[in-house]
Amino acid sequence: MAKGRVEIDLVFCKGCGLCTDVCPASILKLDADTITQKGYHPAICVDEAACTGCATCALMCPDVAIAVFREVRA
Amino acid sequence: MTEKVLMKGNEAIAEAALRAGCRHFFGYPITPQTELAAYMARKLPKMGGTYLQAESEIAAINMLYGASAAGVRAMTSSSSPGISLKTEGISYMAGADLPGVIVNVQRGGPGLGSIQPSQSDYFQATRAMGHGDFYLPVYAPSTVQEMADLTYVAFDVADGYRTPVVILADGMLGQMMEPVVMPDAADPASLPAKPWAASGHAGARPHNVINSLHLDSEKLYQDNVRRFQTYERIKRDEVRVETYRIEDADVVVAAFGAAARIARSAVNAAREEGIRAGLFRPITLWPYPARALQECRARAVLTVELNMGQMVEDVRLALEGATPVSFFGKCGGIIPTPDEVLDQIRGIAEGLGE
Amino acid sequence: MAADEQMSRTEEKAVFQRPHALLPVVTNYCPGCTHGIVERLVAEVIDELDVEGRTIGIAPVGCAVTSYDFFGCDMIEAAHGRAPAVATGVKRSLPDHVVFAYQGDGDLASIGMAETVHAATRGENITIIFINNAIYGMTGGQMAPTSLPNQVTQTSPYGRDLDTAGYPIRVCELLSTLDGVAYLERVCVDGPKAVRAAKKAIKRAFQNQVDGVGYSLVEVVSTCPTNWKMTPQEAFAWMRENMLPYYPLGVYRDVQADGFANAAEAAFARAQDCPMASGKAGR
Repeated sequence: MAKGRVEIDLVFCKGCGLCTDVCPASILKLDADTITQKGYHPAICVDEAACTGCATCALMCPDVAIAVFREVRA
Repeated sequence: MTEKVLMKGNEAIAEAALRAGCRHFFGYPITPQTELAAYMARKLPKMGGTYLQAESEIAAINMLYGASAAGVRAMTSSSSPGISLKTEGISYMAGADLPGVIVNVQRGGPGLGSIQPSQSDYFQATRAMGHGDFYLPVYAPSTVQEMADLTYVAFDVADGYRTPVVILADGMLGQMMEPVVMPDAADPASLPAKPWAASGHAGARPHNVINSLHLDSEKLYQDNVRRFQTYERIKRDEVRVETYRIEDADVVVAAFGAAARIARSAVNAAREEGIRAGLFRPITLWPYPARALQECRARAVLTVELNMGQMVEDVRLALEGATPVSFFGKCGGIIPTPDEVLDQIRGIAEGLGE
Repeated sequence: MAADEQMSRTEEKAVFQRPHALLPVVTNYCPGCTHGIVERLVAEVIDELDVEGRTIGIAPVGCAVTSYDFFGCDMIEAAHGRAPAVATGVKRSLPDHVVFAYQGDGDLASIGMAETVHAATRGENITIIFINNAIYGMTGGQMAPTSLPNQVTQTSPYGRDLDTAGYPIRVCELLSTLDGVAYLERVCVDGPKAVRAAKKAIKRAFQNQVDGVGYSLVEVVSTCPTNWKMTPQEAFAWMRENMLPYYPLGVYRDVQADGFANAAEAAFARAQDCPMASGKAGR
């Protein structure tokens, strides 16, 4: 089960790829099959189960397009 | 306070500004406005206010922009070359609808010109206080008393219409000493609220933005249209003019500021000779008292200025060719004498008699 | 949908969200432009210090001109280069408020150099965030006061010629000589570690203002992928290879690290041998 999860907002993502460069799990890619309203190939998470919720991607995102969540034990 | 005190014009402006609630002054040294800044430097620190000698007139006007954006009453003063440097900031103030009072104690130009009195910034004040489509109220005092009264009024007009306002004086009025009755100090609590100011939203409202940039053409157009509607209200309600012995005058002398003092003496001398002369003295140069001039039943108008002929263009525009208009002026710090003006009036009166 | 199912089974907490002081507005910045990172860091700091309600930001002229639409605090748009003068006017009017200016290299180090130097030497208790990407971005890539020797731009098409265009300005080094300055640090944001360090510096620069320590400036060595004609990744590599040797990262002035409470104390200590400046002489 994943420990973390990212939400990438396609309204904000400009497909710069800075998040894909730094993801320690290498699970963020630019999605060549999707074109956003502004005409960019956005980032997507290709292996949600592998996300640790480290938020390194969000740290580098110039467009604050990424929100990061982490599971907490009750 | 109704006590009469003897003051220099420059100091009267400064004291009136303090009484209007101005606690922030930003300037840069230049002659002949010196006493104004020096007065502020003496008084403001003792009143908990800010006197700041900026690194340039450009910085000073932008400090005024910032203080005004933050919601306080503030002013700057300079003389002609310094005003040229301020025009960038004045345009931004107009575009951002910021109040503020700018004093120009004029000296001769162009260029470095002279430090002697002049009225050669009329075009600049009424037409070209910066780039873009805008006007701003321009007050032209003619006495030390008016230096005080109009400065006091200028702060109210600036806040009321959210516009920069200019006091267009000159080196002669600035250095001259006359008795003056100062206006009462405004109660700080009575000053208008400024809910538009960038003074911190305290979590109580959306953020305020002070700005003159509109990348959308339609927005910029509408912003200018709205501002020009404000200008129409200013034209309707804020025109000021003095007319003197004008009811039956054949020859009307049009003059403002220091030149109007000379013109008044010449008008009186002409009357003593039996020439029906009068004085038309605009106190607001923008908005120009065009209707008051049209209502004079003068047969001829003589415009007297301390320049090469600038306000004369507004006189001609107002009269639309219906009345002959002539000009007499000197510049470079040379002040025309009442006798010289009287000679001009005589010549015009003789022409009318023929 | 998968995410919703997960949420129904487990509890989640947000570990990274848009800061409150950064409004949910899509910026005009090009993909990979570091303006977005730095503005987010500024907003995070405003949130963490809980000062949004008493903060006034000054936007520059340049690519960041519309940042008045991005920051949630009250904002003022300044004329090109005049942000420090505008900030001075605001701070003198509202001394208990937090005032920052956000400026690029053309704005701060070319047209606004006089305002920059004099706000610094007056010791205005304000915070300046300076973006140095060695080029004019908004007007399409002209030579900047910080463009490197031999750097090709639209207006230095054969490379910056030192014989005709002179040398770039190192802003932190230049300002470090001024007594009014409390804190100067040069950072970059080319990776997660650098971003964390940049945020620490920006937070110091704001905290200094809140604490009355004095004028603080953080220079962020940045990129301009569009006008450098590179991908964002290539731009970071070029920046590391060429800009960082010319503009070394580090702290250029820190009066607190030198043992002083604020810029004024440091300046006073420096002036001890001057009877006039130290107050030992009569007027």
